[in-house]
Amino acid sequence: MDTKNIMIVGVGGQGTLLASKVLGHVLLGQGYDVKVSEVHGMSQRGGSVVTYVRYGEKVYSPVIDKGEADVIVSFELLEAARWLEYVKPEGQIITNTQEVEPMPVIIGAAEYPRDLAEKMRAAGAKVDAEDFLALAGEAGSAKAVNIVLMGRLSRYFPEIGIDAWEEALEACVPKKFLELNKKAFALGR
Amino acid sequence: MKELMLGNKAVARGLYEAACAVISSYPGTPSTEITEEAALYDEIYCEWAPNEKVALEVAHGASLGGLRSACAMKHVGLNVAADPLFTISYQGLNAGLVICVADDPGMHSSQNEQDSRHYARAAKVPMLEPADSEEARLFTIKAYELSEKFNTPVFVKMCTRVAHSQSVVEPGQRVCPPRAPYVKDQGKVMMTVNSRNAHVRVEERTRALTAYAEDCELNRVEMGDTALGIITSSTSYQYAKEVFGDKASILKLGMTWPLPEKLLRDFAGKVDRVVVLEELDPIIEDHCRKLGIAVSGKELFPICGEFSQNLVRACMGQEEPKTLSIADAIPPRPPVMCAGCPHRGIFYTLKKQKCMVYGDIGCYTLGAVAPLNAMDLNVCMGASCSGLHGFNLAMGAEGERHSVGVIGDSTFIHSGITGITDIAYNMTNSTIIILDNSITGMTGHQQNPTTGKNLRGEPAGKVDLEALCRAVGFRRVRVVDPYNLARVDAVLKEELAAAEPSVIISRRPCVMIKGTVHKAPLKVNTEKCAGCKSCMRIGCPAIAVRDKKAVIDTTLCVGCGVCTQMCRFDALESGEV
Repeated sequence: MDTKNIMIVGVGGQGTLLASKVLGHVLLGQGYDVKVSEVHGMSQRGGSVVTYVRYGEKVYSPVIDKGEADVIVSFELLEAARWLEYVKPEGQIITNTQEVEPMPVIIGAAEYPRDLAEKMRAAGAKVDAEDFLALAGEAGSAKAVNIVLMGRLSRYFPEIGIDAWEEALEACVPKKFLELNKKAFALGR
Repeated sequence: MKELMLGNKAVARGLYEAACAVISSYPGTPSTEITEEAALYDEIYCEWAPNEKVALEVAHGASLGGLRSACAMKHVGLNVAADPLFTISYQGLNAGLVICVADDPGMHSSQNEQDSRHYARAAKVPMLEPADSEEARLFTIKAYELSEKFNTPVFVKMCTRVAHSQSVVEPGQRVCPPRAPYVKDQGKVMMTVNSRNAHVRVEERTRALTAYAEDCELNRVEMGDTALGIITSSTSYQYAKEVFGDKASILKLGMTWPLPEKLLRDFAGKVDRVVVLEELDPIIEDHCRKLGIAVSGKELFPICGEFSQNLVRACMGQEEPKTLSIADAIPPRPPVMCAGCPHRGIFYTLKKQKCMVYGDIGCYTLGAVAPLNAMDLNVCMGASCSGLHGFNLAMGAEGERHSVGVIGDSTFIHSGITGITDIAYNMTNSTIIILDNSITGMTGHQQNPTTGKNLRGEPAGKVDLEALCRAVGFRRVRVVDPYNLARVDAVLKEELAAAEPSVIISRRPCVMIKGTVHKAPLKVNTEKCAGCKSCMRIGCPAIAVRDKKAVIDTTLCVGCGVCTQMCRFDALESGEV
């Protein structure tokens, strides 16, 4: 098989690291070669963050380049638009509809573009946009939005059974938050 | 059992399996996790040293004492450790010594993009370059074997994309070599005839290592189509394989100093055309040219920035994947100082007083971005102190009254103490602000000599910053709470006006330290709020103004209260009950 590419994008501090940990665990358990890549440090202070997850028989490059992503999972609407050029024309975007204003918008130096989900669709992208933050709240914590998004991602991988995802949650999430996260996963799925 | 492992964690695993027993490091992205992960093994003593020079000297001392040792640092840290490095190369070891150095092509979290391979050549120290996590583990173990066989420190060179990528690792067993006894050897005193003899030994060693490089397992040829041959290493190898697969032949160099000769010539002889694919400087390329091998390199690929598969495609004239786009401009999302960051009040005041601000290396470099824009420049660890002294020598009283150096607690210990000593000794009326947030922030919250805790979080010695500043000759040492804007403003005015050098210690722990108790988020009294945006001038990400009223993001606000001091209408109220 060809190497498959999933990008997880968001704003520093939104919990993208746990999402990529769970996803990496699931894919390794399926017997694939896997690479997960992200940049630590400066950008984590509220900046735009990206994690690359690649899997297949043999994975070489640790990064995903423009036009290569099969799926982009975005924690925030503007970030989905920022990374749009990375998705394959036939690829899938899954995005939270939450809007987090970046500093240039807060101080009035730039505007937050409107109707981004519609514009991305008009550009030819397949966009699955929903208020995943509300689903996380329903599960018991806004912080569980990362696992809600993994739940939705799992929809697009019917070949991977629910057991594999639950096993990954058990391995990656602290015990006291496990039930909450299982609920978050189910709500997203 | 197979495991998905961060490159830096795999280095730590290699250190463990090779029975490394002492690690001394200074944190620096992208190298920090090597030491943090190693510290999770009870068998390895790990410490944060005040700086990289100290770290390397500690590791070398442990080697002389008979234990395998290591230190880890980022590329610019190697500049600091360069002094001991060059002479340790001459002097040799007792047990193995590995220096892990992590470059940052693309400068994701660094002030420059220097190529550490120059140090391997200059100090005549062999360098191994893993291309993924499993190689990071294996090469680290191999590095100890070479270190002891050739009596030299050995570099394990990482880069951001190897250090911060997870790939599959199959951990092995820890194997402990017999401990080497310490034996006094007067030949180790590096002076006159000993140093001359040592240099001769180093040149012999390099010849022996070059011979080793010709047929060692670290360098390998993967023959494919022979129309194109690619000589490469590290993460560039991954991009070459991604783009060409077996449509090119590849010579992958796992040891990038010293470089082989016959191996390169033989490979070049088997292919029609040779391309050297290496990030940053043309080191392999220049070596090939010196050997008379016709290669293409930097005329195809850039010297600046990091590579990717699309960059390789574009430079090699291949088609790039199709993309989608929308017309809207996407506003950038630069990193910002956290809500409640204690540095904010200082930079707001410095901007207000129109100070020339000589910055330094840490989270507080973010004081340079809008809307604070309160930093003039920065150079390297500690330059805020010594550089300001020099600036004031040139500017005189006019400079002294309007300029400050700002430096974090960890950076101050790293390289600021010598700079303030120069200020006190040679007497410019310079003002230094130590931003004491009780942690090494930018690299992810490491302890340091000012925090009273060691790497493992256990009680440890603690530097008394006030006493230290007085001891080097400062009579004016003030402590302020950066959340109190009026007080910061008054103290800064006094110290800038003072006719002698001053240190202001801005003391308030980083809000991100685990266990820090925060106040409830503030509330906006919408009847009082005039929508004047005064509260926005401090650049807090938790405040926005929508429909002419301030709005507080309650998920970010920690109730620090700095914005309440900006508001003339008392519209920002405590959320405490």
